[in-house]
Amino acid sequence: MLVIACGALARELKAVVNANQLTGLRMEYLPAGLHNTPKQIPAAVEERLAAAAGRYDEVFVAYGDCGTGGALDTVLERHGARRLPGPHCYEFFAGAETFARLHDAEPGTFYLTDFLVRQFDRLVWRALGLDRWPHLRDDYFGNYTRVVYLSQFPTPRLLADAQRAADRLGLRLEHVPVGTGVVAPTLVSLGMPAPAVWR
Amino acid sequence: MTDDALDLATLADDELVEQMHDDLYDGMADEILTGTEILLARGWSAQRVLNDALVEGMRIVGIDFRDGILFVPEVLLAANAMKAGMAVLRPLLAETGVQRIGKVVIGTVKGGDIHDIGKNLVAMMLEGAGFEVVDIGINNDAQAYLDALEEHQPDILGMSALLTTTMPYMKVVIDELARRGLRDRYIVLVGGAPLNEEFGRAVGADAYCRDAAVTAETAETLVRARRELAAAS
Repeated sequence: MLVIACGALARELKAVVNANQLTGLRMEYLPAGLHNTPKQIPAAVEERLAAAAGRYDEVFVAYGDCGTGGALDTVLERHGARRLPGPHCYEFFAGAETFARLHDAEPGTFYLTDFLVRQFDRLVWRALGLDRWPHLRDDYFGNYTRVVYLSQFPTPRLLADAQRAADRLGLRLEHVPVGTGVVAPTLVSLGMPAPAVWR
Repeated sequence: MTDDALDLATLADDELVEQMHDDLYDGMADEILTGTEILLARGWSAQRVLNDALVEGMRIVGIDFRDGILFVPEVLLAANAMKAGMAVLRPLLAETGVQRIGKVVIGTVKGGDIHDIGKNLVAMMLEGAGFEVVDIGINNDAQAYLDALEEHQPDILGMSALLTTTMPYMKVVIDELARRGLRDRYIVLVGGAPLNEEFGRAVGADAYCRDAAVTAETAETLVRARRELAAAS
């Protein structure tokens, strides 16, 4: 079984694989930077799927729709592959119900995960040009009212970094510990050996 | 002004316009403001400054954004520079009573879509192209769109979405227009990062517009076509 995964999930997926000794899963990661360029995700995934064709019994794609507007699903259908449920990592970490509640309570919420807290400076601040043009901050974030940190494995340092990120955006921070959501059970179910009678 | 800064007032008209394209590209709002004032002082009409200096400059920005040469921050800077020029031109355009090409109601759709950078760019390019733009803001439900259409009687309804989760709501709005027998009264344009032409067709829009410049061109083409059709019938 091959799992083609978003690099932004690498730490969490490796933790689940190691904790559950999922030795039957071969993990391949695509660049985490694709998080910022969703239009490039379907082609990048398709390239890996094509390369894997015929070499694995099954290929699983550890992405959500991730802003591809259904284009990733079209690729997956073509290759008979499945993916994680939901539109994006915020939802499959938080769970659909929790995410819907957070979103409905304040649509102007900017979400962070462990990965995005670690990479905030590169993937948010600098990617949006705010290091060079900080006055653009309100063009981007003027409609936002808060930052919610959906943590996987929070540490004091990550919490401090999340607070610093929220401060830089001029927004208040709320911390919602959600863990890895559906990621862990999904990977475990993929990685479990089939019962002997099925072999 | 630093010693080596270019004195825009020393440039001939065509050189100045070309320089303004460069300044717009580089997001230099002060220079755009100065260039706009110089051209007006030289007797250019507000419409000509708008078309030749600002809209053309933003068209070049739009092409390079589409081709991956410029990115969102640079486009925002360019848009802010254009806004500086527009602030001078807008009252003059209103005074001269230039015939508008048409009217547009525009907003992002319900579902928590608070992302309005694209919508704001489109509104600015439509205004630059000669449309009266009624911007109803973010996170609009069907009733908000219907109320705005009723109040403003535009030629075009423009809907924008950045989120995959909110874009299906465009169909809800279009279906509601159809249910009330209003669909054919308006040209419906849709846009936003996760959309494509197929989606535009699927939800029943008249056109999917991939960027701000294309939206302005499409809006003008469709409004003129509709008027010609009406005149012929």
